[in-house]
Amino acid sequence: MIFQKAKPNNLTNQQAFILAHRKHHHRITFARLLLLLSFLVLWEYTTRSGYVDIFFFSSPTAILQYLYRMILDYSFFKHTGITLLETIVSFLLVTVFSLFFATLLWYKNSLSEILEPYLVVLNSLPKSALAPLLIVWLGTGSKTIIVAGISVAVFGSIISLYTGFCQADEDMLKLIYTLGGNRKDALFKVILPSSVPLILSNMKVNIGLSLVGVIIGEFLAARQGLGYLIIYGSQVFQLNMVITSIMILCAIAMGFYKIIQTAEHCYKKANKYS
Amino acid sequence: MQPILSLQNISYSYHNLKSETPALSEISFQVKEGEFLAIVGPSGCGKSTLLSIIAGLLHPESGSLSFGSASTIGYMLQHDHLFEWRTIYRNVILGLELNKAVTKENTDYVLQLLKDYGLYSFKDKKPSELSGGMRQRAALIRTMAIRPDLLLLDEPFSALDFQTRLTVSADIGNIIRSTGKTAVLITHDLSEAITLADRVLVLSKRPATVKFELPIHFDIDRRYPLAIRTTPVYQTYFNLLWKELSDDLSESQAK
Repeated sequence: MIFQKAKPNNLTNQQAFILAHRKHHHRITFARLLLLLSFLVLWEYTTRSGYVDIFFFSSPTAILQYLYRMILDYSFFKHTGITLLETIVSFLLVTVFSLFFATLLWYKNSLSEILEPYLVVLNSLPKSALAPLLIVWLGTGSKTIIVAGISVAVFGSIISLYTGFCQADEDMLKLIYTLGGNRKDALFKVILPSSVPLILSNMKVNIGLSLVGVIIGEFLAARQGLGYLIIYGSQVFQLNMVITSIMILCAIAMGFYKIIQTAEHCYKKANKYS
Repeated sequence: MQPILSLQNISYSYHNLKSETPALSEISFQVKEGEFLAIVGPSGCGKSTLLSIIAGLLHPESGSLSFGSASTIGYMLQHDHLFEWRTIYRNVILGLELNKAVTKENTDYVLQLLKDYGLYSFKDKKPSELSGGMRQRAALIRTMAIRPDLLLLDEPFSALDFQTRLTVSADIGNIIRSTGKTAVLITHDLSEAITLADRVLVLSKRPATVKFELPIHFDIDRRYPLAIRTTPVYQTYFNLLWKELSDDLSESQAK
């Protein structure tokens, strides 16, 4: 945080401002924690006192116990690891593919005109409808799941990157041409560098969508992973297993988001946009 | 002396499916080496189209264009368009990068320009840390770095506030004059045209034709635009140009 840097010759007004700013932040953090805590307490209380059936709704302590057991028998690492790995691989592939295709579409205008209706259809198609087909083609296993993860995110990502590329300032491109540059120069000197914030915010969306795709894939075509645990747990009425897996998913989603947000933050700081 | 730029009967129209909009009609003029030419005209008359054609960004539908000894053209746009993701130094060498001419000799020249125009100490800053006038000077250095024989200025001061505009236009006018560059300035500001140029062309409303031509001469030093503005001959020039322009305006309003 920029506010934590020491500023020796500050005026008192400035210090007061910083203090107020910090206080505000602390209050927000406190309120967030309070919300979480009261939810957990309410959950624990209602299940313990029998208002809510613990068999169907589990409880925070039951989840912790289950989690502990999972850690002891290493199944936590196995299932979480495989889901993480599949998500990261499909996220990276989505990033590479969508950057490549969006660039290609920008570079060749006629190509984007030709492909536009296909992209729109592929983007609006519910990707879960493809999953059974993927199982037949690729079998059950990581390959299918990674492809499912890619298919959920990639088309929307291509469209939003391409749209962003097309919104680059016409005059900046004109500047490149007046200085003797060509379309390739425009791409590398203007389009890509000016799109870094867009690419980062696009990544935030993609990591979430990849996770969605991977879980859909694991529902249908896996013997391991958190998606598999959720489906399996619901089939054998092990709701502790289901809800614990969902909680782990929450943590993973949060973690991914934070990582990309940090990257975004670093970029902004390096460029002094903030 | 051979003209550095000559246009003969240049015409250009914009097309869409519904109609054709003629922008330029039979435009002819010449620019001598070292001359500072200003082109004024009512807004939307096709002045920028004309510059784009000279810069080779658009091709005229008819007519011809020849460049004499000029081989490199520098173009200055209305907004500086300095890239926020580059430092000032890396912004001003953009043209050299694009022409694969980042040599010691050229970068030394750029550093000298930065020193001359008072931006040397800002060379590692980001554009957003500079004032409007400084940014426009940086944009001029970016244009000058490729050593253009002909400078095209497309209303380069119109985005600045009035005060900055007076000083920056004087600054840039002096820089161009002292380096002996040939320049074509497009503007809608008559005072700017008179204080900077050796000759002013007035374009008619769309489709633009060259309507009037006025050579400008002052007995006093041109480095002081404010002093120029108080001379009686300035007033005479201004009134002449104003009359030519407002004829067009009243005609179009009558319609």
